[in-house]
Amino acid sequence: MTSATTHPTASPDPASAPGTASATARAALALGDDALVLSHRLGEWAGHAPVLEEEVALANIALDLLGQARILLSLAGDEDELAYLREEREFRNLQLVEQPNGDFAHTIARQLYFSAYQGLLYKELAAGDGPFAGLAAKAVKEVAYHRDHAEHWVARLGDGTAESHERMQRACDALWRFTGELFGPVEGLGLGSEVLGSLEAAWLEYVGGVLKQATLTVPERPRRGAWAAGAGRQGLHTESFGRMLAEMQHLHRSHPGASW
Amino acid sequence: MTAVTTDGYQAAFDAAVAADERIEPRDWMPDAYRASLVRQMAQHAHSEIIGMQPEANWITRAPSLRRKAILMAKVQDEAGHGLYLYSAAETLGASRDDLLDKLHTGRQKYSSIFNYPTLTWADVGAIGWLVDGAAITNQVPLCRCSYGPYARAMVRVCKEESFHQRQGYELLLALSKGTPAQHAMAQDAVDRWWWPSLMMFGPPDDASAHSAQSMAWKIKRHSNDELRQRFVDICVPQAESLGLTLPDPDLRWNDERGHHDFGAIDWTEFQEVLKGNGPCNEQRITQRRRAHEEGAWVRDAAAAYAEKHRTAQHTEPGEATA
Repeated sequence: MTSATTHPTASPDPASAPGTASATARAALALGDDALVLSHRLGEWAGHAPVLEEEVALANIALDLLGQARILLSLAGDEDELAYLREEREFRNLQLVEQPNGDFAHTIARQLYFSAYQGLLYKELAAGDGPFAGLAAKAVKEVAYHRDHAEHWVARLGDGTAESHERMQRACDALWRFTGELFGPVEGLGLGSEVLGSLEAAWLEYVGGVLKQATLTVPERPRRGAWAAGAGRQGLHTESFGRMLAEMQHLHRSHPGASW
Repeated sequence: MTAVTTDGYQAAFDAAVAADERIEPRDWMPDAYRASLVRQMAQHAHSEIIGMQPEANWITRAPSLRRKAILMAKVQDEAGHGLYLYSAAETLGASRDDLLDKLHTGRQKYSSIFNYPTLTWADVGAIGWLVDGAAITNQVPLCRCSYGPYARAMVRVCKEESFHQRQGYELLLALSKGTPAQHAMAQDAVDRWWWPSLMMFGPPDDASAHSAQSMAWKIKRHSNDELRQRFVDICVPQAESLGLTLPDPDLRWNDERGHHDFGAIDWTEFQEVLKGNGPCNEQRITQRRRAHEEGAWVRDAAAAYAEKHRTAQHTEPGEATA
């Protein structure tokens, strides 16, 4: 791929070196990492899905997200250098998206939480005139599909059999503690606390509605706090993330400077 | 009476096949024709589904985001091809669940090629170039197969497969022209995939159980050996422009025949892989079975949900506030 040094906003690590990269690059990195990491997790499902239609659907969502990631990372520098040559402390994605796939309910809960967030965020960005307005306007259509897909599966699993209900509830509960981070400030994005607060309220209303419709209980445990997870935007990740990156980056790192 | 009627149907069927007309799902057809098609289409569908595994093996390790996107799209296409083909088989009265069950219990086969492992990234390119190339050589004539739904499925499948094949070729080209390590990786992959790709055309003509009847029914248009020869003739110049060699010391142009001569295929290996003794037979079927078994609760939930909401007045989940 192209060399990062020729790109005006490129730096080996824009996010951890404040002042060396533009605000746009830092925000693009955070949003791009979300999409990159979730896309990777969904890619792990290939050949393992519960039904052939889901092989198609999960790969489809993964591809949409990878497309978003490539555009966003390119705004921050060279997409491949950023994806393959940073270590875990330099990634800015939410901890939610790096969570292992678990069972199908777990994957669906993660997708519902994230797609609902991404949909609201991109709608907000698309309405503005910032650097992400164009990208967000395109992505918002893809995200609406991802959200519907997750929402329909939450309904089927929550209101399906006793086993699926229990699994869906467990998944929603387990991932709940990673959802507070969704509405933390994103460096460089320029969304004030008032906007973030209203996005959070809309998210809670929507997710609460989906869970109730699916006969599930909205988790009661905290979504953030001194003890809670949720510092991915600062490069603090959960343990499985390092292993995910080791697999993702291994081949690229084994052939320094090679083109593919 | 029945015999007379059947004779009439048989004559109409034979005339339609002879006139290169398409047989459609509601037309009368000989039981053996139906059974043969179900067998072939199911095996074809199973091959698409099992064929996802060797390539999916590299999705999480693809060395660039562009390559990762291409590979994901390809594996997604394969699942789609499986779906087309199961649908086409269902027009003959088979059911997808039943066909999958036959795959999972080893009563139906899939292409032997997918029992070979993908050991390096270059294997993804070799599969695209050689395996998809062989599949296309086999499948393009199927676009003119006498059974309409199969022929139409093949038109769509072949378009996408040709695209994958070019991408595989381009992947290998990038490696071949890359660093010495990348070039070696590409050559090694071609060395390992060449002979198994030639085996994809099936046993030689004098040992092919179904060939003669399939050709009479115009399900098949060319013999195994004819297609294999066509494939070799296509690949030789492509290998040359890739800057890679094919692992066959006996491969050379024969001016008299107007074709390339090539070395003997190891049919013992082919038979062993078919019998389940290839490098990945066990792994492939175990993974497929596990995905199916571990997904049972999801399918059960979808069925229970559909049943509950079949008659009940319900709001679509999508009507929750967004």
